[in-house]
Amino acid sequence: MSNFIYFWNHFAFILLMVGGLFIIITSQNYLKKVVGLAIFQTAVFVFFVSLAKVLDGTAPILTKMENAYSNPLPHVLILTAIVVGVATSALGLALVLQIYRNYETIEEKEIQSLELKSDK
Amino acid sequence: MFNIFLDDAAALVVVLPLLISAIIAFMPSKIWPWIISLVTLVLHLVLSLHLLKEISISGLIIYEFGNWEPPWGISFKIDGVNIGLQLLFSIFVLISTFYSRKIFLSEIDSRDSGKAYSLWLLAIGSLNGIILTNDIFNLFVFLEISALASISLIALGAGQNRKALLAAFNYLIIGAIGATFYVIGVGFAYAMTGTLNMNDLVIQLAQYSDGQLAIFAGMSFMLIGLMVKAAIFPVHIWLPPAYSYAPSAVSTLLAALATKTILYFFVRLLYEVFIIYPSYLSLFLDFVLYPLSLLAIFIGTLIAIYQDDIKKLLAFSSIAQIGYITLAFSLKDHSGITSGFIHIFNHALIKGGLFMAVGYFAILYKDRVTLSSLRGFGYKYPITSFALLICGLSLIGLPLTNGFISKLYLFQALYTNQMYFSIALVAVSSALAVAYFWKIVEQMWFSEIKFKSEKEDAYIYLPIWIITVSIIFFGIYSSPIIEFSNLSADYLISGYQN
Repeated sequence: MSNFIYFWNHFAFILLMVGGLFIIITSQNYLKKVVGLAIFQTAVFVFFVSLAKVLDGTAPILTKMENAYSNPLPHVLILTAIVVGVATSALGLALVLQIYRNYETIEEKEIQSLELKSDK
Repeated sequence: MFNIFLDDAAALVVVLPLLISAIIAFMPSKIWPWIISLVTLVLHLVLSLHLLKEISISGLIIYEFGNWEPPWGISFKIDGVNIGLQLLFSIFVLISTFYSRKIFLSEIDSRDSGKAYSLWLLAIGSLNGIILTNDIFNLFVFLEISALASISLIALGAGQNRKALLAAFNYLIIGAIGATFYVIGVGFAYAMTGTLNMNDLVIQLAQYSDGQLAIFAGMSFMLIGLMVKAAIFPVHIWLPPAYSYAPSAVSTLLAALATKTILYFFVRLLYEVFIIYPSYLSLFLDFVLYPLSLLAIFIGTLIAIYQDDIKKLLAFSSIAQIGYITLAFSLKDHSGITSGFIHIFNHALIKGGLFMAVGYFAILYKDRVTLSSLRGFGYKYPITSFALLICGLSLIGLPLTNGFISKLYLFQALYTNQMYFSIALVAVSSALAVAYFWKIVEQMWFSEIKFKSEKEDAYIYLPIWIITVSIIFFGIYSSPIIEFSNLSADYLISGYQN
């Protein structure tokens, strides 16, 4: 039980991550898939940032008092990963828009039945 | 003056294509983006040759960005493992860029030429970053840049067939899940060791020599993420549609190099870092990678036999060929790693040549190339068809082609490990490869209709024949490829013993 409280950030991250994956896998709508992907990636960002937290830690700024400070590196890494995530979402949404212009629907099942018709 | 550039050659091979990519993005001209890309890639080749010269003197280059020392800063590492791949990469991207112009002109809107070459250089720069980087988080960034650039390039195929959009979208979703899995693994590794540098990671991981569950979880996340990106069998589903609906020039670049660079990093992670947990490594190799490789070889070949669309056929045969490479890497010894690297080199040439030839047929036929549409092409376009024939024979593994050398070394490696069952399976699947390739040959040369030969475009068949000649050349005089692969295996195995 104490482990659960100590590592609660890991459980929160897993919950969010599995939720995102569930949306990606189960939803038929391409827009929802992109949203699910964004949630899935955000879960990992939360995980990274929570790893860096030091109890009673402050921002890593040099002062006269000696303070414990949180590790700044994961924040920097996640700043990069957020940029990558934004680019991925943007490209995904652009593709969804193009799919809508070409098929006039973004539902996976309808597109599959359209493709089956065009193959015949 | 020029020496300033040569000092930073390791960084410039990545930075130069990325920089030029930004410059040509909004160029309205139809031809200048292509010329600028070609000049850039010639410089890229010069820099790679310079790196080869440096490596032959010193044996190891560590390039520290901003002069931050390794455990803190990001560094690039060039040594015996990746110099051969770097050289192959540099030469192949130059040839395929030369080839790409006429194909792009007929497959995409010529006003988009600047944007297409901008994405093209972006993909090249970031794939090269995957080869050189020595930092596990930096790898993630390059993985995603290359994935986003290739997805946009694949989506350019929508002008030909709207299914390209669906293929690109699926690649985006599956690829992003794979990359995110990799980052979760990096998070676990960082939490346990506090480092991202690969050399430092080995040192820091050694303190948990008895094994820690968190580290094994992290390693598994990283490996699964990379397996998705490298299209290893059960997680390969994004690859066949992506390669077959992309514009032909893009298929050439991706099929030859994209998965190869990731496979290279995969094997580097396995044998340079994870080797300090021999029990975990052999568990992964024997019970995950080895059976999956055999399945990939068999199922990839079987599905390829039933394909009517030629680009899809080649994409499924790529799945099987990636299976051969991972089978060789799962053997855990020098001969296995050598034969894996040999097949990375040879398969890049073979698949590149095949996709180039089929891409040319696609723009001549002005539709998707299916088996029936190839009827009589052997007489109609003899120059390209003959190149396709040689590349195909090499794919099967006939003597005097480089495909034979690959198969020979793979059989030797399997034989020294006494894996007679795998030898039988590889032999059977090579025979099955004859089945799908023979269908193409039959349509091209043995149909009743006879055509008169038509004029072919020298700009297109010249690069195809450069690849074809190199396939025969390396089939007869194979020592350059074997020496580079031996060197790679030596470096990886020496890390094993430390």
